Amino acid sequence: MTFLADHNVQVVLFLPLATAVALATIASYRLSARLNVASAFLTFLAALSLLAFRPNLGRYILVDDLNIVFIVLNTFVAFTTSAYSASYIAHELGSHRLKRSHLRFYHAMYQLLLGAMNLALIANNIGLMWVAIEVATLTTVVMVGIYRTPAALEAAWKYFILGSVGIALALFGTILIYMAARPVVGEGMRGMTWTVLIADVARFDPALLNLAFVFLMLGYGTKVGLAPLHAWLPDAHAEGPTPISAVLSGLLLNVALYAVLRFKLLMAANPGAIAPGPLMMTLGLLSLAFAAFMLYRRGDIKRLFAYSSIEHMGVIVFAFGMGGALANFAGLLHMAMHSLTKSAIFFAVGQVAQVKGTQQIADIRGLTASHPFLGWALVLGVVAIVGMPPGGMFMSEFLIVTSAVAQAPALAAVLVFGLAVAFAALILRLHGMAFGEPQGSTQPANASYLPMVLHLAPVLVAGVFLPPPLVAWFQHIAALLH
Amino acid sequence: MDRLYFDIAHLLAGGLVLTSFMLLYQDRLYALLNTYALQALVLALAVGWQAHIQHAAHLYITAAIAVIFKALVIPFALHRMVAQLGVHREVESVVSLVPTMLAGIALVALSMVVMLRVTEGADPLAREDLAFALSVILLGLLMMVTRSNAVSQVVGFMSLENGLILAAAAAKGMPLVVEISVAFSVLIALIVIGIFLFRIRERFDTVDLQALDDFRGERR
Repeated sequence: MTFLADHNVQVVLFLPLATAVALATIASYRLSARLNVASAFLTFLAALSLLAFRPNLGRYILVDDLNIVFIVLNTFVAFTTSAYSASYIAHELGSHRLKRSHLRFYHAMYQLLLGAMNLALIANNIGLMWVAIEVATLTTVVMVGIYRTPAALEAAWKYFILGSVGIALALFGTILIYMAARPVVGEGMRGMTWTVLIADVARFDPALLNLAFVFLMLGYGTKVGLAPLHAWLPDAHAEGPTPISAVLSGLLLNVALYAVLRFKLLMAANPGAIAPGPLMMTLGLLSLAFAAFMLYRRGDIKRLFAYSSIEHMGVIVFAFGMGGALANFAGLLHMAMHSLTKSAIFFAVGQVAQVKGTQQIADIRGLTASHPFLGWALVLGVVAIVGMPPGGMFMSEFLIVTSAVAQAPALAAVLVFGLAVAFAALILRLHGMAFGEPQGSTQPANASYLPMVLHLAPVLVAGVFLPPPLVAWFQHIAALLH
Repeated sequence: MDRLYFDIAHLLAGGLVLTSFMLLYQDRLYALLNTYALQALVLALAVGWQAHIQHAAHLYITAAIAVIFKALVIPFALHRMVAQLGVHREVESVVSLVPTMLAGIALVALSMVVMLRVTEGADPLAREDLAFALSVILLGLLMMVTRSNAVSQVVGFMSLENGLILAAAAAKGMPLVVEISVAFSVLIALIVIGIFLFRIRERFDTVDLQALDDFRGERR
């Protein structure tokens, strides 16, 4: 325990990588699934200890108030997803959709992905952050294509091409940031170190910063899943294994969002640069409105919730773009709630699809009657994700709408309209799936329910009661974000 | 002497843009791959020249990667793959040649206007190179959207990436250039292996929307 606390950063960064190497050599899938869970749990404990013991700033390592939220959330969802994944893959093996040799690869890639995401969050260097996000993208690409069906390969290819273009644009933006920094902070590594950049950004050339931000916003925005560069997201969610859909929606989108927030902070600290807010608000609203209408005609259940992720990332980017203490607070809360709720929904959806043997919404009926736990978990998750009380997203969406009404009434109308359209679409689909005469297989689902409970319980509590220390902490970060 | 340094760097970066245009009008896959190899060679010269001017030894590694990996290994592997997989030897374009070339010229003009105006304060060498690099990136993107088969989309992406490496090399003293070029090489190698192992269909568009909906499980 003390070792974890003393070397928490090293554990968070290197334990996933070491585990990935170990998992690549273990043939027994039961053992490797257990090792996967144990390692993810230890990483989560180490991340928690970051709250109490902050390591010293280094040239490459940065733990501050902003990224610690992301790290804790990330490692928590990674841990619960690994527990869910253990039961999920056992079923996939039983139904011969995956072979044992695939699983070795799958587990190693899972840990590599966690390591890369932790590195992206903890890096104090914008070049290192870029490399880490690229590695995270690559590992998810190969996992999306793991079923080797034509649809899965097509999804992986689309994700590959769009993701590569996104990270290429982000790299060009990173180079431009370095060009802007070089005359002020000098050549070499200093020009890419975040703490140096943020200290001296006021003296950078604003024109270069503006151009850099456009590229970074488009590049990392592709990875956040913002329209019009979102096309990879629904396919990647629908065709890959469900634990990967949960990790994509719950974690990887947040990591890209974190990169956007970092560069937004840079822009805001330079008096001559354009305000980053309007660009973020436009992209956010566009994604929200687009995804809300796309929710109507979905026939595939995982694709449905993938569009819902685009919608919520749009809301979060809009909130952060609007800025101000209240909107930032709401954005952070919404992000945390969305991660927890969306991954819980994917846990439920994955089991439903396994039991029913289909992902078609039309073939899934009466879940609350045939599988009470799964059915009600799905109902609770969807009720929370559309922003109804008592879910925590009711509070965050309420706060976002209130501050939009105060700051930009015309945009608030678009926001409310988009949320209402998405609300109606999801409730409509949920009603068919959860209630009515059960259809298809009614065999009991054999899976762990703990991950869903661990996710949905805090979400439902958060709508009623937020612990004061958490509120104070989020308020502090919201103030830092401007 | 400085003037000569500048002119040679300018010439090589301009050569990269020229090869990007050459990639745009190739209509045979083998010719496309050969042109890509030529572009990688020009990139290696441009990066090597930057290494010489900046006295930055690590850039020679990037140049060496460009020669060995991009100019030799990748084109050779793709040649073999085209032969083995029996891919169509023609490059299938969505948009015909003349509009594509006109769009390409417009993109180069755009990047010149944007970059030269924005970077007035920066040193002239990096400035010109960044403008050329942005042109190569945009031309690569143009190629990716106007082509419909996987191999030429990959070539489009690789030429886009050449533009990025040029930009990174031109930003004087930029750290991590070697690491980034290695990371990109891994990415490209994976794409190429991906096409080969997964036998990815060579065409990604289909006129049969019914089939596409069926494919995605969206038909009702």
